[in-house]
Amino acid sequence: MPHKIVSKRRLSEDVFTAEIEARLVAQARKPGQFVIVSLNNEYGERIPLTIADAEPKRGTIRLIWQRVGKTTAELADMQAGDEIANVTGPLGKPTHVENFGTVVCVGGGIGNAPLLPIAKALKKAGNKIISILGARNKELIILEDEFAAICDELIITTDDGSYGRKALVTEPLEEVCRRDNKPDQVVAIGPAIMMKFCCEVTKKFNIPTQVSLNTIMVDGTGMCGGCRVEIDGQAKFVCVDSPEFDGHKVNFDLMIKRLNAYKDQEQEAYEQYNEHRCKIGLDKRNAE
Amino acid sequence: MTDKERQELLQRLLEKQKDGGLKPADRYEIPPQDMPEQDPVERARNVNEVATGYTETHARLEALRCLQCKTAPCIKGCPVKIKIQDFIAAVSEGDFKKALTIIKENSLLPAVCGRVCPQEVQCQQTCTVGLKFKDPTKAVSIGRLERFVADLDQEEIIPTVAPNTGMKVAIIGSGPGGIVAAADTRRAGHDVTLFEAFHKTGGVLVYGIPEFRLPKSIVQKEIDVLTKMGVKIVCNFVVGRTRTIEQLMKEDGFDAVYIGVGAGLPRFMGIEGESLVGVYSANEYLTRANLMKAYDFGSGADTPIARSQKVAVTGGGNVAMDSARTAVRLGAEKVYLVYRRTEKEMPARIEEVHHAKQEGVEFHILQSPKRVIGDENSHVTAIECLKYRLGEPDESGRRRPIPIEGSEFQIDVDTVIIAIGNIANPLIRQTTPGLEFNKWGNIVVDENCKTSLEGVYAGGDIVSGAATVILAMGQGRIAASAMNKYLAEKSDCNKPC
Repeated sequence: MPHKIVSKRRLSEDVFTAEIEARLVAQARKPGQFVIVSLNNEYGERIPLTIADAEPKRGTIRLIWQRVGKTTAELADMQAGDEIANVTGPLGKPTHVENFGTVVCVGGGIGNAPLLPIAKALKKAGNKIISILGARNKELIILEDEFAAICDELIITTDDGSYGRKALVTEPLEEVCRRDNKPDQVVAIGPAIMMKFCCEVTKKFNIPTQVSLNTIMVDGTGMCGGCRVEIDGQAKFVCVDSPEFDGHKVNFDLMIKRLNAYKDQEQEAYEQYNEHRCKIGLDKRNAE
Repeated sequence: MTDKERQELLQRLLEKQKDGGLKPADRYEIPPQDMPEQDPVERARNVNEVATGYTETHARLEALRCLQCKTAPCIKGCPVKIKIQDFIAAVSEGDFKKALTIIKENSLLPAVCGRVCPQEVQCQQTCTVGLKFKDPTKAVSIGRLERFVADLDQEEIIPTVAPNTGMKVAIIGSGPGGIVAAADTRRAGHDVTLFEAFHKTGGVLVYGIPEFRLPKSIVQKEIDVLTKMGVKIVCNFVVGRTRTIEQLMKEDGFDAVYIGVGAGLPRFMGIEGESLVGVYSANEYLTRANLMKAYDFGSGADTPIARSQKVAVTGGGNVAMDSARTAVRLGAEKVYLVYRRTEKEMPARIEEVHHAKQEGVEFHILQSPKRVIGDENSHVTAIECLKYRLGEPDESGRRRPIPIEGSEFQIDVDTVIIAIGNIANPLIRQTTPGLEFNKWGNIVVDENCKTSLEGVYAGGDIVSGAATVILAMGQGRIAASAMNKYLAEKSDCNKPC
């Protein structure tokens, strides 16, 4: 059953958001869960995307994605009224939410999208929320207003200093960890390398740290095992065992290499698509 | 034998039969009819079906080899008890329609089963002709005849559906068991919905078994029949996540549920290096290649798969053969099949082993990987194997493989496919309180495939561990019959007295 795009907009150069009709997913979904999307029944690839928000009454979910390859680019070229062939979910185990006390939510780039519903749920459970949002530059900071609305403290960092502090997220994270009232929990979601360094910081202070892993998947229900990661030396499946894990136990180096398994082929497919969209004028349509 | 010789032989035999019948000795003399197939070199470069199928002459000659034993030992070997000698007699008479009708009394998916059933350990194992020659491959080719008859079935026969009962049935999983359970419960007049987690129906028949062994169009035809019967099909629906079984029954009004979700979780070996880039479960490798059509990557398909030069497949079952033969078709120069026992103990069908060898797969028996070795980028470069010898038989009756200490050696490969079976997916267990599971995570059922929850039935690999298509179908049928009975009683109770 196709899923209609209700609305779509651009959040930054390569980041897009859309509200999509998916009644059953909207009703069942909890923070931390994701969907698998494919755009074509015969030839489409299946990609996992986080559910950033949902309106159960309207029967819609909000997706936020970064244009990094063929399918995310094709999705970015779709407009309100277009239909997505397949949306499956909600998948993964929901985030464990309780009143920890003070929680630091660290988001990197597109990671803010999965982080927002978790931060909201943690706030609702009575936690004090300190958010640290980082990106390469000002343009790439997404969902700042939404975080501002629920945070007790909000720290923005950019690599180039074009907005907020000129720093990596690990710098303010370390400062927060050093405070007298040390945070009780850290949630870090973003590029694998960012999560790795956040975990190195929090490990020094012995603060439990949850990360949400976005690995390559095919089915998303445990059948293929392509999403497996090493947790404490044991293979775990991101799709059924979480996507969230104790960050101090994740073998990030191996995960980063597995994420790059198809880099060359993904690049080829992306280039092929870009040629195609230039030919049919899609590039101009989207620029408007 | 040329086509002409074959035709002449058939004529002679038919005349002789008319004149007073063929004696067993005459029948034994008919040469077993080989299955015409694509040339091995040719087919290793395409994904089309390997076996191209019998002609009418092949089929009638092969059917004349059947002795029509009164005891019909073949039927005892068939999980769904097809009246084998009757359908074969009809084939020898050239009445193929009658033959199909006989098969369909017991089996819903003859075109599928004729291709993927392990006949050599079922009906053909007990065939008198095979026993006479002391060679199961010389038994009457029941499977090939079944396939021949099923493939001729161009006009679609839509089974009649009883008047609506007002009862709602949910079938979870659209694999072989689900297809049969859906058809049988719909025939009884229930309102049936078939739920599938993938974007396409067919389960293992489409994601697992490759096109070259079972064309997708055959499976689609069976699904189309279900649709025409009025079965509702819902894809992208993960039971336990999208809706739970409890929600389906308490909120969505389903009166009975059949769980046929398959085993679902690939087994890994637990050895060092198993998460390196280039190590696949057979499930992942086959799903990418089959369902996602990765063989067309770059010319339409968006799902990539490793561009392998040297591939090692571990395991000795049909899935291992499918993986190895898929790797050949995807262009690998060398494909090694690494198995810790010998060919004799391999669970794969003889035919699949034979086809794999013909296509250039190299067999490394009495060996098994000890660890996977990678380079600085975590890409697979080799496997380190141990040599094995066979000891005393284990619980499976097969001789136990024993590693030989200090026998380590390496095989250079860039891709490793682990094909050593599946374990139960925990999704239903985690989300269905009250449903009883055994210690391996398989659902516990009684002889009617009924679970510990009222109105909930289950069959196939989620119940039996890893088995076959025909066994899943058999259980789908048993469950459907029990569900129909349960629903009839339930509907009687609901009637005002």
